[in-house]
Formats: sequence, structure tokens, C-alpha cells
Amino acid sequence: MSRRTVEPVQVVKQRRDAALRALAEGVPYIRFMGIVFDRRGDELTAVLPFRDENIGNPFLPAIHGGVTAAFLEVTAIVTLSYQWLWEDVENGVLDPEEMVDGNLPRLPKTIDFTVDYLRSGLPRDAYARARVTRSGRRYASVQVEAWQDNRDRPIAHATAHFLMPRSDK
Amino acid sequence: MDEAKVKIARQFIEAIPHSRALGMKVEEIGDGFARITMPYDERLIGDPKTGVIHGGAVSALMDTCGGACVMSHPEAPGGTATIDLRIDYMRGATPGQTIVAEARCTHITRNVAFVRATAMDDDRENPVATATGAFTVERKS
Repeated sequence: MSRRTVEPVQVVKQRRDAALRALAEGVPYIRFMGIVFDRRGDELTAVLPFRDENIGNPFLPAIHGGVTAAFLEVTAIVTLSYQWLWEDVENGVLDPEEMVDGNLPRLPKTIDFTVDYLRSGLPRDAYARARVTRSGRRYASVQVEAWQDNRDRPIAHATAHFLMPRSDK
Repeated sequence: MDEAKVKIARQFIEAIPHSRALGMKVEEIGDGFARITMPYDERLIGDPKTGVIHGGAVSALMDTCGGACVMSHPEAPGGTATIDLRIDYMRGATPGQTIVAEARCTHITRNVAFVRATAMDDDRENPVATATGAFTVERKS
């Protein structure tokens, strides 16, 4: 691999944002939930804007546990996929513009997903970050946590295992 | 479970905003058992290449069905909240088919209800996913 000359920052950002856009906006369910991603370098923060449809208990009111679980799962898959594809995107093996046009590589599949509910989700925006604790050739483990107003008071966390797509590289 | 309680439980679950957004329908509920359906919807696709529904939507269905079966238990006086839920995904649900979840409350104590659930498409012999969870038992104060 020959070292590239220094790229203009806009080119780098455009490439990385396009890859992220393909992974998140390309999936109908992520659009349906209104989940968006904030990127700082390779660190992703998922944002779930509050909407009335997210309510699970109208009397409290609180966000539906299924919404929280789905939010954590989406964050885990997108973070894992983004990290997994990062090198190929950076090396030009994958063209992010082609990915945006729907030509996505095969993505990890969820094997299992365990969510702990720590506090009830309030009717306001929620945030989540995932950490890939192991990314092997076939299996990956991911930990993911969601919070609202206070980063130190998570509303839920989850552990998930994924089956990685067979690599044709 | 008496019919009035069944009716109230059904109305309560079908009125939950997120359950409505996903088109969930209570098919059967009572005595610690619930069966809820979720029709195929292109907005819920998780893999655009195959059209398979996203795991998150299946999780939401499992969670709703688990909570519903707890509320329908004769020894559960009121509401419930999920403590934890583990979902095993066996395979992708066949695109175009309604997903049906069945949840049963296997044990209930003063404070905790234990639940097992299964999600299936038209092929009832091969589940799409199974789940185990613990739910709170909310006492009326």
C-alpha cells in the first residue's frame, strides 16, 4: 500500500460522511425511526429525536421499550459496520458514492441481543454510542449504551453478537 | 380472564402509540398469554437488498407481546415494565409475511414476571426469533 499524499479535509469528510449516510439513510427502518448519526472522526453518536409515536406508556409518559431496544440495535449495527468498512473506504477499495446509490456490501447479521432497561425513557431525545469489544473474522461482540439528559445516567444498555459477512477480500 | 379485562387489555395495547405505528394487532390475550401480529411494511425493512424486516422492529413486537402477557396474568394487578429482554435471531423473516409473536408468562412473583416469547412468520415450524425476559409487576399503591 503506497502512502497517499495529504488530502484536503473536505475530501476526507465527504468520503467518511458519504459512507455513514449509505449505512444509515440507506436503511428504511432507520429512516422510519428518524435515527441520525453524529460523526467525530470514527466515533459515532446516534440520535433518536423524540416523537409521539415513540411512546410506549401514555400515562407516564415513557418511550416504548421496543423503541429503546431498536435504537440500541441500530446503533450497534451501524457502528460495527462503519468500523468494519472504515479501512476499505479509506483505502478506496469501496466507493462511498456507489454505496449511497444502494450498492452496499453485505452487512453483519444480529445473532442475539440482550437489553437491560435501567431507567424509563423520558419524552425527549435520546443518544447512544456503541463499542465494538471484539471484531473477529466470523463473530463480533458489541456493547451499546443509551442516555438522555445526563451521560452518567444511562436509560438502557445492551450486549449484542453479530455474524460477520464472509469476506471476499 | 373475564371478557371485560380482555377488552381493556386489547384496547390498552392497541392504543400504545408505538404499537399503532407498527400496525400491531392483539389476536389473543388472557391468563398470562398473548399473541400479537405485525404486518409486513416496507418502512420496517432493515436490509434493502433482501427486503427483510429490521431486527429492531421484531424486538419492539417481542417487548410489546411480553408486556401484554404479563398484564393479562391473573396475579398481575396492574402495569408492567421490561427489566431485561434477550432476543435470539434464528433467521430473517420472509419478506411480505406478517410476523406473529406469542409470549407466555412462565412464572410470576410479587415483583417479577418471567416471560418466554417466540416470533414466527408463515412457517410456524421454524421461528424467526425467540426471547426471554423479566418484567416488573407494578402494584397499585
